[in-house]
Order: sequence, then structure tokens, then C-alpha cells
Amino acid sequence: MAFKSAITRLFAPSPVRPLQQHMERVQLCVQELEPFFQAVAAGNMARATEIQKEIAVRENAADDLKHKLRGRLPRGLLMPMSREQVLEVLTMQDKIANMARDIAGVVVGREMKLPEPLAKPLARFVRRCVETSAQARGVVDQLDELVSAGFRGGAVQRVEKMIDELHQIERETDKLERRLRRSLFAIEADYSPVDVVFWYRIIDWIGEIADLGERVGNRLQLMLAR
Amino acid sequence: MEFGTLYLGLAVVFGLFMAWGIGANDVANAMGTSVGSGAIRFRQAIIIAAVFEMAGAILAGGEVTRTIRKDIVDVSSLSGTPELLVYGMLSSLLAAAIWLLLATRRGWPVSTTHSIIGAMVGFSIAGIGVDAVNWGKVGTITLSWIVSPVFAGTIAYALFSSVQWLVIDTPDPVAKARKYVPGYIFLVGFVISMVTLVKGLKHVGLELSVMQSVVIAIGIGVGIAVVGAWLIHRLTPGTGDDPDVHHVSMEQIFAILMVFTAIGMAFAHGSNDVANAIGPVAAVIGIVQSGGDIAVHSATPIWVLLLGGVGIVIGLATFGHRVMATIGRGITELTPSRGFAAELGAASTLVLASGTGLPISATQTLVGAVLGVGFARGIGALRLDVVRTIFLSWAVTLPAGAVLSITFFFLFQLVLG
Repeated sequence: MAFKSAITRLFAPSPVRPLQQHMERVQLCVQELEPFFQAVAAGNMARATEIQKEIAVRENAADDLKHKLRGRLPRGLLMPMSREQVLEVLTMQDKIANMARDIAGVVVGREMKLPEPLAKPLARFVRRCVETSAQARGVVDQLDELVSAGFRGGAVQRVEKMIDELHQIERETDKLERRLRRSLFAIEADYSPVDVVFWYRIIDWIGEIADLGERVGNRLQLMLAR
Repeated sequence: MEFGTLYLGLAVVFGLFMAWGIGANDVANAMGTSVGSGAIRFRQAIIIAAVFEMAGAILAGGEVTRTIRKDIVDVSSLSGTPELLVYGMLSSLLAAAIWLLLATRRGWPVSTTHSIIGAMVGFSIAGIGVDAVNWGKVGTITLSWIVSPVFAGTIAYALFSSVQWLVIDTPDPVAKARKYVPGYIFLVGFVISMVTLVKGLKHVGLELSVMQSVVIAIGIGVGIAVVGAWLIHRLTPGTGDDPDVHHVSMEQIFAILMVFTAIGMAFAHGSNDVANAIGPVAAVIGIVQSGGDIAVHSATPIWVLLLGGVGIVIGLATFGHRVMATIGRGITELTPSRGFAAELGAASTLVLASGTGLPISATQTLVGAVLGVGFARGIGALRLDVVRTIFLSWAVTLPAGAVLSITFFFLFQLVLG
């Protein structure tokens, strides 16, 4: 005989843990950009291609979780945050992984060579953008704490502080991005115009990762405010 | 009265069956939140249920028993044929018990109260006539089924909000929990005993003034709060700056509170739902012992209340643990700081309804209370569509109970009449 309870039916699996796991996988994907651009800077296309494939695999893994989580969020759930907010955060996180995949894909696909003067500022820029996304992941990691604290108390202050830091790092990436563009502008006459155009685009996309990371933080701030 | 002993025997057997069903379904749900949150173990739940369901039934269950016994079916037209009322009570018991067994197997959120009321209304319509149903009273009861979950939800919302405000949203939640949890324990004792003293004890023959009641209720509240404070004092919470450790320590303190709300819940449930099993039994006994006089006003014998209590404990011990096991796995998110709010909200509502003589659904009241905590942002994810399944369960339980009881009614008439 199967015995179930009316009370258990009331409880649905919380979306918080899957959301955190998704961000974890997104970060696994994004953090590969650092070794990727090291390989590109060293002119090691074989290694870069290897990493690009790994990024694609990890992006797929994140996508699997995304679909699973979306399936678990029917209408009519009573949650501490709105269903829309959860879906928005998920979309932002998903875009971060997509961005990383596209960046690596274009660089490998076009066999782009990094102009030597850009190597250093680019490495710094990439590291800082990856850190922005890592910080966003840290904020998402606090979500279960927030729920168990009922969105009150010390947990809220801790998360607000983390979001402040996130804003600071993002602002820093903006500065780095401007500098990187200026460096590229200074040497652009020496390279093929098409390559230069694509490097502008890649810089833009890397900056986009930091931007999206910040937006994940903003969405979580909205959850706190309700 | 012809077949008097047979009627009594059947009433006892069916009453026991019904009480067993209540224990397996309702009580398991009511106590399951405490077991599921880890506050008490299954054995402790059975002991608490055995003692306090009985206490609730005896001390505060009189009004609901009277309602089930006398207020739903207008018996005035039956003075010449008292055995019809006996058949009706027996078939209602059997119908409700069988329906409950079926629902427990399927995990339907049906209510023991709705089963028995549906069954009694059913046999009255078919066996006596539409006018035999006291529709005014049935209407009030139906209204209370909508009001009670909302009421319980509001109390639970307020309770959990107060926990957020007083305990969680402070620099040192553990210290605050130590400070305020005895206060909540006081509240459990005070509310339950106050309602019982003011509303429930009349039938025991104890008439107390409101002032006397307040004094006694405060005394009981303070008494158990002291016990609770001592239990909390014995705890050695984890220390350090890790927020997780703080959280665990805080929940440990609330787990002690949940032992008391489980007791309150058992008492409140006993006061309201034991009547579903023993009300009809008491009616049959009254008729048989008076030799067929249906208008007789005899008190419900204590042994009948004990019968209800024993049946509930057997139901809980034999099948309730399976229901509780699913609850334990299913509601890990209902930690003690949430669970207590839900249980206290439901228990207060139940005991208040018992004092007013309204038979309400314990499970659905608890569902309302849990949703109240959810609205205070206390729980990861709750299915709001259970509200729909609850209304659906009414739409099935009431006619199902009625049809089953009508069938048994005619069967009894055929065999015994």
C-alpha cells in the first residue's frame, strides 16, 4: 500500500539549489576564458581550440540544468521570490555562458591572432571580467541562506555588501575596457581592418560578461527589496 | 429495544474503525510536521497523540460531539422509528471510515470531518427526507471550512513574521531565540488552555468565571514555559562566526518549541476530530440505553471517548507511520522556526472551533497555516494549486460519503429491519 500525505503535496522542490548549481556550471564555463586567452596570446591555437571545445561542453551542461529548472517552475508556486525573478536570473546566467562560448568560438573560428601590445591589458581585463561573474556566483550562492533566514537579518546585509563589491568590480572592468580599446586604437593601422573590427567586438563581448554578472546581482537585489 | 446489544456492538466496531482511520490519516498529518522537522521521534509522537488526543477529546471535545450527535440531523420526525437513526449513524460511520481508508491509500487531501458530515447529510436526505437535515447548521459548518484555513493562515503569518522581527533580523538570533522561545511556549499553553477553560469545560460540570479562567490559563502557560526554558537551558549550541552554525543552533531551540506545539496540536485535534468517530457512537448508545428515546440528553460516557482515543492510537501506530515517513521526506523545508508557526496557527484555530462546536478539517486548517508561513517568505516553494485540489476533495468527499452512507443505510434496513 502506498501512503501519501496531503501535507507533503503542498511542498514543491525549491528552485534555489538548481539556480545555484546552474550558476556554478556557468562559472566553470566562464573561468576557462583565462587559460583560453593565455593560449591565444602565446599563439598556441591547438591548445586554444581544445579549451574552446571544453567551454562548449560546459555551456551545454549549464543549458541542461536550465531546461530542467524551467520545467520545475510551473505557475502557481508560492515562493519567497517571484517566479519571474527566478526566470530572469536564470536567463542572465544563461547569457553569461552563451557569451563565453561565442567569444571562444569566434576567436578559434577566425583563427584570430592577438596583437602583441594587447596581451597584457587583455589578460587583466579578462581576469577582472571573470571575477565579476565569480562575484555574481557568490551572491547567488547566498540565496539559500537568504531563504532560510526569511530574507531578514545578517544574511541580507552580507549579500548587500557583496552586491556593492560586484558593482565596484564591474566599474573597474569598464575602465579596463576603455584602456584596452585605446591600446587597440593606437595600433589598429598596423593590422588587417577585419581583424581589428573583430577584436573590438571580442572586447565588447568580454565586457558584456561583467555587465551580465552585474545584472544578476541587480536582480537579486530586487528579490531582497520585496 | 430489539437488537439493542447488536447495535451497540456494531457502533463500537465501526467507531473504532473510524477512529483508526482518523489516526492513520488526520493525526499522521497533524503530528507529521513535528516528526518531519525532526523535533520529535515517531514513538514520541504516538505517546503524545495517545495522551493529548484523549485529553483534548475529554476536556474540550464536548461541543463538537454534541454537534455531530444532535445538530446535523433533525430527529424530531423519528420518534416513532428510532432504529432508523441507529441505522443512519452506523452507516455514516462505516461510510466515512471506508472513504477515509481509500483516501489515505491514495494520499487525497480529504477530511475526516467532511466524510462524516457528508455521510450524515446523505442518509438523512435519503432515509428521512430533505427537511430532516438541519440546513442552517450545515451551512454554518460549511462556512467554517472556508474560514478556518484562512484564519489559521493569518495566525501563522503573524507568528512567523514576529519570529523574523524578534529573532532572525537581529545580530544574535541564537540569543534572541533563547529569550523569546519560552514566550512562544507560554503562548501555546495559554491559548489552548484559555479556549478550553472558557468554551470547553461546561460539559465536564466545571463553571469558571472569565477571570478565573485567565488566571488558570496564565498559570498553565507559565508552567510549561518554565519547563521549556529549562529544556532550552540544557542545550549547548554551536559557537563561532559561521552563519550556518548560528542557523542550526537557532533551529534547535525552535525544535523544543515544536514539541510543545505538537502537544497543542494533538490536544486541539482531539478536541475537534475525535468527535467525528465517537459522536455517532454516542448517539447510538443514547438511543439504545434509553430504550428508543431519541430526544434523551445523556452525557457521552467516558469509555466512548477512550474508545476514540484507543482507535486513533492504533491507527497512528499501524499506518500513521507510513504517512509520517512521507511527510518527513517531503517537507525538509519546514524547519522548526516555520513548523511551529504553522502548527500553533492550526492548533489555535482548531481548539477555537471546538469551543464553538464547529467540526472543521484539521488537515486543511494546517494547509492554510503552512501557506500563511509561505506568504511571509518562509518556505522555498509551495504549490498554490493544492487549494484547488482541496476544493476538489470537497466536491468528491461530500457526495462520496453521502452515497456510501445511503447504500449502507438501505442495506441495514434490509438486513436488520
